[in-house]
Amino acid sequence: MIITKQKPLEETMDMTEPYSKIFVVGCGKCATVCQTGGEEEVAAMVEELKDKISDFAVVEEPCDLRLTRRDLKAHKETIAGSDAVLVMNCGAGVQTIADYTGRIVLPALDTMFIGSTERIGRFYDRCKACGECILDETGGICPITRCAKSILNGPCGGQVEGKCEVGEYKNDCAWILIWKKLKEQERLDLFAEFRPPRDHGKKALLTEIIF
Amino acid sequence: MVSKRPAYSNLMKEIRKGQFVLTGELEPEKTTGLEEILASARAMKPYVVAANVTDNPLAMAFMNSLVPSYIVQRDVGLETVYQMVIRDRNRLALLSDVLAAAHLGIRNILAISGDHTVLGDNKGALSVYDLDSAQFVYMLHKMVDEGTDLEGNEIHGKVPINVGIAANPNADPLEPEILKIGRKVKIGTDFIQTQTMFDIDLTKEFLKETERLNTPTLVGVFPLKSFGIADFFDKYIPGVSVPKDLLAAMEK
Repeated sequence: MIITKQKPLEETMDMTEPYSKIFVVGCGKCATVCQTGGEEEVAAMVEELKDKISDFAVVEEPCDLRLTRRDLKAHKETIAGSDAVLVMNCGAGVQTIADYTGRIVLPALDTMFIGSTERIGRFYDRCKACGECILDETGGICPITRCAKSILNGPCGGQVEGKCEVGEYKNDCAWILIWKKLKEQERLDLFAEFRPPRDHGKKALLTEIIF
Repeated sequence: MVSKRPAYSNLMKEIRKGQFVLTGELEPEKTTGLEEILASARAMKPYVVAANVTDNPLAMAFMNSLVPSYIVQRDVGLETVYQMVIRDRNRLALLSDVLAAAHLGIRNILAISGDHTVLGDNKGALSVYDLDSAQFVYMLHKMVDEGTDLEGNEIHGKVPINVGIAANPNADPLEPEILKIGRKVKIGTDFIQTQTMFDIDLTKEFLKETERLNTPTLVGVFPLKSFGIADFFDKYIPGVSVPKDLLAAMEK
């Protein structure tokens, strides 16, 4: 799931300040689970912006152009008559809404990461979408995401008792977690293996998938 | 598994002779002057085979370490170990600096990760880590032993450099640290330099564990002149610890 965080209200107020007619778009999927852009949060935002609101809608999945088209169809004229669209979605949602409406878009959320949800309010950064998954080799623990240096041949010298130098030794060193897991699975040969440099050029081109 | 690479540097020649060698450490700072570093280099020259020149330690932005590495060799006649962190440069910049270093007569490079930028004095900087330190060792192997870059593109001229890596005998747990050193030894390490050690038992254990890697190891030592310095090392240098009884004794 895409984990989002609401921008501080003050920042959103500043961003919306120049506009007098604002349409608000929420998200029925990830931002609903994150409690950052679902029905309730959209209602609260509408309450904050009161007189400026032209109307609002919660799109089932705003990052999907098909669903955006379906859910915003009825609001087409209102949106065309608004100065801006305040989008309570992840960055992919904001851009899909921008493409579809052609209006000025204002992001009300900051997109944080592709995360795993333990429960509401406990989200963990788990995937950097690197395009070259090696979780089979690392005991199901991603060093690209969970190592502060994203190194493939850790641990670095910054681990102390399994904790990382980044974040005052509060966070786990991903490479110590990997070592523990591979040891438990009796696959330490994988840990001892050297992983060659990555081809970052491939990732630079990975901006679309078309088939 | 000892490195088959020729000894290009005096440091490596002395080590291969089976000599007990001493090296020193010089630290460029946030300055455009080299007077202090040259004075330190002159002072340590009679006692050491070579001096390390640190590369933005603790992610503090200091003078590029290549320049003092070169000037110390030229003006003081003291061989240097050019430390290179992979935090601040991608593989292109690393390669450029290694070529420049080879041209300037640098014969030792210590390939290290470098502390993360959030620990430094420009916390907002991007940590590059295009390569990790093992991959940098691999790139150096390609450059030195095969005369190419990582992609296999030919390098004109020789890159006569001996490669050192850092290790931390303080590491707890120690096993992943040993396995990590093993990876780097396999791909082209000439010598190992450890973190500053204050615990003789840990040091012995480490040397025993790395014995089978058959790679010369220089153990980091530092004279503790005051409790303040001991406490600083223990608290603020990542991966360095001072035994509690030693700290307590110094506090008295």
